[in-house]
Amino acid sequence: MSVSGVALPDARVLRYLGVRVLQVIPTILAIVVLNFFFLRLAPGDLAEVIAGEAGSASPEYMAILRQQFGLDQSIWVQFTKYLTELAQLNLGYSFRNSLPVLDLIVSRAPNTALLMLSSLLIAVVLGVLFGAISAQWRGKWPDGVISALSTVGFATPLFWVGLMLIVLFSVELRWLPAGGMQDLEHSYTGFAHMLDVARHMVLPVFSLAFFYIAIYTRLTRSAMLEVQELDFVRTARAKGLNPLPVTLRHVLRNALLPIVTMTGLQLGALLSGSVVIETVFAWPGMGRLAFDAVFQRDINLLLGVLFFSSFLVIVSNLVTDLVYALLDPRIDIR
Amino acid sequence: MWKVLVAALAVVAGASVSSAVPAVAQETKVPVKGGTLVVALEPEPSRLYLSSQTAVIVQSQIYENLVTLSKDYKPLPRLAESWEISADGKTITFHLRKGVKWHDGKPFTSADVAFSILELNKKFHSRGLSNFGTVEAIDTPDENTAVFRLSAPSLAIWSAFGADNATIVPKHLWEGKDPFTNEWINKPIGTGPFVFKEWVRGDHITLERNPDYWDAGKPYLDRVLFRVIPDAGARAAGLETGQVHYVPVTPVPLSDVERLKKLPNIDIVTDGFGTFAPMYFFDFNLENPIFKDIRVRQAFAHAINKQALADVAWYGFAKPATTPVPSDQKQFHANDTQQYAYDPAKAERLLDEAGYKRGKDGVRFKVTHLPVAYGEDFRRSAEFIRQQLKRVGIELEIVNYDLAGWLRTVFAERKFDTMTAYYAANADPQIGVHRRFWSKTFNRASWTNASGYQNPEIDKLIEASHVEGDPKKRAELIREVQRVAQRDLPSITLLEVSLFGVKVKKLHGLDPNPDGLYGSYGSAWLEK
Repeated sequence: MSVSGVALPDARVLRYLGVRVLQVIPTILAIVVLNFFFLRLAPGDLAEVIAGEAGSASPEYMAILRQQFGLDQSIWVQFTKYLTELAQLNLGYSFRNSLPVLDLIVSRAPNTALLMLSSLLIAVVLGVLFGAISAQWRGKWPDGVISALSTVGFATPLFWVGLMLIVLFSVELRWLPAGGMQDLEHSYTGFAHMLDVARHMVLPVFSLAFFYIAIYTRLTRSAMLEVQELDFVRTARAKGLNPLPVTLRHVLRNALLPIVTMTGLQLGALLSGSVVIETVFAWPGMGRLAFDAVFQRDINLLLGVLFFSSFLVIVSNLVTDLVYALLDPRIDIR
Repeated sequence: MWKVLVAALAVVAGASVSSAVPAVAQETKVPVKGGTLVVALEPEPSRLYLSSQTAVIVQSQIYENLVTLSKDYKPLPRLAESWEISADGKTITFHLRKGVKWHDGKPFTSADVAFSILELNKKFHSRGLSNFGTVEAIDTPDENTAVFRLSAPSLAIWSAFGADNATIVPKHLWEGKDPFTNEWINKPIGTGPFVFKEWVRGDHITLERNPDYWDAGKPYLDRVLFRVIPDAGARAAGLETGQVHYVPVTPVPLSDVERLKKLPNIDIVTDGFGTFAPMYFFDFNLENPIFKDIRVRQAFAHAINKQALADVAWYGFAKPATTPVPSDQKQFHANDTQQYAYDPAKAERLLDEAGYKRGKDGVRFKVTHLPVAYGEDFRRSAEFIRQQLKRVGIELEIVNYDLAGWLRTVFAERKFDTMTAYYAANADPQIGVHRRFWSKTFNRASWTNASGYQNPEIDKLIEASHVEGDPKKRAELIREVQRVAQRDLPSITLLEVSLFGVKVKKLHGLDPNPDGLYGSYGSAWLEK
């Protein structure tokens, strides 16, 4: 039995989910263990970072810091403590920020999700459109233009795109804000606030989308070209169907699988964010949070972010599997 | 790549402003009330006390100190209105300002002073012990009097009362709590001109005007908004578009300053960095046998052209240093120390005499070099030094780390041959300079004596200066420390680096005093 076209989960889907969730537990445990020990390979610790930022230190001061942060205990004591807390779904405390790790993640994750989902959506829609056009007019001028543009999009560094957009639209034309998430001088509320955030999103979303559009265009194009050669497409054409329905219903639908795979992978990377875009546009997201945590040796925070992201990757993989089955009746869920 | 980009940015951005009409300069400026000051920060503070430089910039608007420093490093009243020092120099009595209230409405008293200095700043500040180690007790005979009891006279203590060393916090919110996890560390309650409103991590910190501020009529501004803008190009764009009014530290790459200077609406801020006075130096790891020979150390000093280093690698934002103490601190600076003029031929001669002849490949010896991980400027500078030393046959192998890695490798593990860094000299050499030469600060903690120099002669001078109560005698001890340091040369003091900020022209009233970077924006105002 397939789940194609059936929205309601039946017993088989539920059992499948159950098995997958059980498989997830050892994966997560392995991730936690590896993260914990690998992160400690970096030279220096949080006490050094804090003394480093302060610009001065004494041995007494550094001893006080290490004691406060629990860094004076053996690594096994620290590890046991971390596992015990994690088992109670407690992600720990960021001593650098004087805040619980969960608070920091919760305050940043939605911003990144907003940024990434918007650019992913734009990228999928435009990428599939361009890819389809390109495949349909293979070798003709639309294909040439789109292929050239997507090569440029693929090869251009993200930060450069971001800065050039700032120079053009913020400094030169003054149409859009150069960074941040909201206009802080006027505290907008309600609809005006949404509009304000949308204005701030335009540049970062399009800088990111610029890159992703290129990926999806190329994927769609090659997948469609492959499907176009298949027998059932020739049959559909031979029996006199209009070219447009053939392209949409037969070719495109069958070419969507690699797109779903790609989107699934990117959904996983979603909350880890784009460090580059968040940095250039001063966007308060998870990418910067994680990036800063690396340099600050804020291990608790970094472990929390990594745990959170790996959890998300696993969930999005699950969702991707289910979407496969929806798209392609031949794929069965067991 | 980055430079190309900045250049590209410069071309486009430069074109945009050339068409702008220059603002009409006003002759007499009367402060205007109102407005929101937007200040860009990077890195974002981790919390608003016991943290980094940018945190102090924010907390200085909310918290206050007993005194601040005048242009000539003399204390000026702030929370303390007046003070007297006993004849033996061991008792300092502060008379506190009356009627000052915390932002939560509770009165500010001498108990807050005693608690803040003894329980927080002395114990938990990174310089706590060097600043207040001599403070044994603080008596509070009444609400408006705080009497500091010192174990020995300390003149350096006066440089410690300002800035972030002696933040006065409300005892009723901090007593009995672990300072690092106290919730008030992230939403400070102070006595200052601005009240903490909100902090959206990664984005901004908002402060609002304190309507009950003790200095009636101030502050002029309605709000101060600190925006976190991590990218230097975006900070420059913010200044150009007027979305940002002020970037107090590390505003833009040095290579971008010339372009910004030419913009009609931008000022470069060079006042307010006196107490930071970063001294850029080259340290030898004296545990390496090569560097035990003073001729080798002298050769390094003769081989480096300080003026060229300042002009080329630092774009003129530095000048050659002659001693470890900044030349602007005239009360301490010695001008009769041994100097090592740029003289590559002499450097080669010294190396030959020391037995390090050039090999077949022209190389005498190879050593590692770890530039401090403070970014591009320091890497470029190390590269410049590498090229200069190469001319006299010394091969420097530059190894880069991030800051935590650098601190661990240089100080805790001591796995380096040479390094370059800058230390803030601070308002008093006892705090900022002596740590480079004192055997007691050769202790593997960060930002201490990295060369491993130990000399009883200099120890004696340093320790005597710490307890000398007569300013004249003490200054002479400090000058003698410089003479010995320049003679023994465990470390080559290369440059006095000039820090700078960038502001828009319509912002006025920033604090120009030596620790103005940490000054209050109570007198700042924005032209309409």
